[in-house]
Amino acid sequence: MKLLQCPINGIRPLSEFTYGGEYRDMPNPDTCSDKEWAAYVHYRHGAPGVKKEWWYHGPSGTWFIAERDTMADKVVRTYIAGQEEAK
Amino acid sequence: MPLGLLKYGLSKEHPAPRFFRDCTQPKKSYDAVIIGGGGHGLAAAYYLAKDYGITNVAVLEKGYIGGGNTGRNTTIVRSNYLTPEGVNFYDASVKMYEDLSEELDLNLFYSTRGHFTLAHTESAMRTMRWRAEVNKHVGVESYVVGPDEISKACPQLDIQCSGQAPILGALYHAPGSVARHDAVAWGYAKEADRMGVEIFQMTEVTGIDVKSGKVVGVNTSKGYIETNRVLSAVAGFTPRITDMVDIDTPIVIHPLQACVSEPMKPWLDTILVSGSLHVYVSQSSRGELVMGSSLDPYEVHSTRSSLDFVEGLTSHIVDMFPFLSNVKVVRQWAGMADLTPDFAPVMGKTPVEGFYLDAGWGTWGFKATPISGKTMAETIARDVAPDLIQPFRLSRFEDYELTGEKGAASVGH
Repeated sequence: MKLLQCPINGIRPLSEFTYGGEYRDMPNPDTCSDKEWAAYVHYRHGAPGVKKEWWYHGPSGTWFIAERDTMADKVVRTYIAGQEEAK
Repeated sequence: MPLGLLKYGLSKEHPAPRFFRDCTQPKKSYDAVIIGGGGHGLAAAYYLAKDYGITNVAVLEKGYIGGGNTGRNTTIVRSNYLTPEGVNFYDASVKMYEDLSEELDLNLFYSTRGHFTLAHTESAMRTMRWRAEVNKHVGVESYVVGPDEISKACPQLDIQCSGQAPILGALYHAPGSVARHDAVAWGYAKEADRMGVEIFQMTEVTGIDVKSGKVVGVNTSKGYIETNRVLSAVAGFTPRITDMVDIDTPIVIHPLQACVSEPMKPWLDTILVSGSLHVYVSQSSRGELVMGSSLDPYEVHSTRSSLDFVEGLTSHIVDMFPFLSNVKVVRQWAGMADLTPDFAPVMGKTPVEGFYLDAGWGTWGFKATPISGKTMAETIARDVAPDLIQPFRLSRFEDYELTGEKGAASVGH
């Protein structure tokens, strides 16, 4: 992967992007237990597969979602968070 | 002479000595199964046999021994870490390394070179002083030196770094060493095998059988093996193994790349590291410069290497040593580093009875090979983790008791 499709700016070189980690749902801090919160803060799903990840396009300041196969390092698709269906 | 040598080499009377038996089919059951035939797994097997007399042990390796991160690191051994628990742990490892060639009856080319961690900024100098004080307190020989002393030890180094990042000083660590990494795996394999441990190459673990919270066996590409003790020592494959027993860990996998230059006459005696320039470099006994850099910036489960890495690394190497601009890079490779959020390993017992973890070795695993083998052997034999590795227990994350180890390689301060 040397190029990445930014949902706003199209295909750009990878050097313009920053990896933001896996997309994860935050548990409600008011209702979850300390253990659940610790798991959210520290634990990650480390095994390979097609993962939903945050990526950031630096020059335009765009955060978006990329679905990427972390074994083959191939991006399946990219979209702005919440606009998955529109794509 | 060459013809005579060839005749000798092909003669059946003088077969090449084998380091360990050629095991093909595992037995029905073992007292312990070790997943991963790298330095850590083989060292654990060796100390299980030597210290505790547990020799009915199988080491399962899906490739060939020492072909993973044991053979992919930049071979640096040191103990100048930042936290007292880290310094104590790695210092125990350095002390074991110093006598290891004799113990394993194999020349590991262990070479004490002295290790400089260069500081290019005031804030880096502050961290160096901090590390030096922690080291001295624990009894490890580290102290802060100025540019003059660095130049004296390595006159080839451009102290101004081509004007880009002038060197203000360094943390000097006298016991810093390099060793031949694959020999470490081979030495442990040879001695473990001699005491009865069976080593299976090209044998992949496909599942771990857990019944009512206890390990009862492992499924492998060569059939089912009964056992109630399993050690996972698989570095970059750790999340795939922990998924088999349903254990959550903070481990994520990023590639760590390295390369070597063409061989030169010996000129670089010391080991040089720069956190700011993301460089570590030493000269091997073959004369190649062994160079490493920071981690790849995003998760990938493969050992592919990239041009970006060589471009970035060599531009910084040339800042330090302008005369190397005409020297060629001859090989590059990558290893899959299993990273933790506090730059310390995950070692010891897990919520699954009989399943032990030796993981989270990120960029700091090779130097810990002897001590991790010894402490994991104790953990398996007694089912209690020794005090030395208690700070690295898996449950520290749930207890919010992280170690805060920032002395790991490739970390800029």
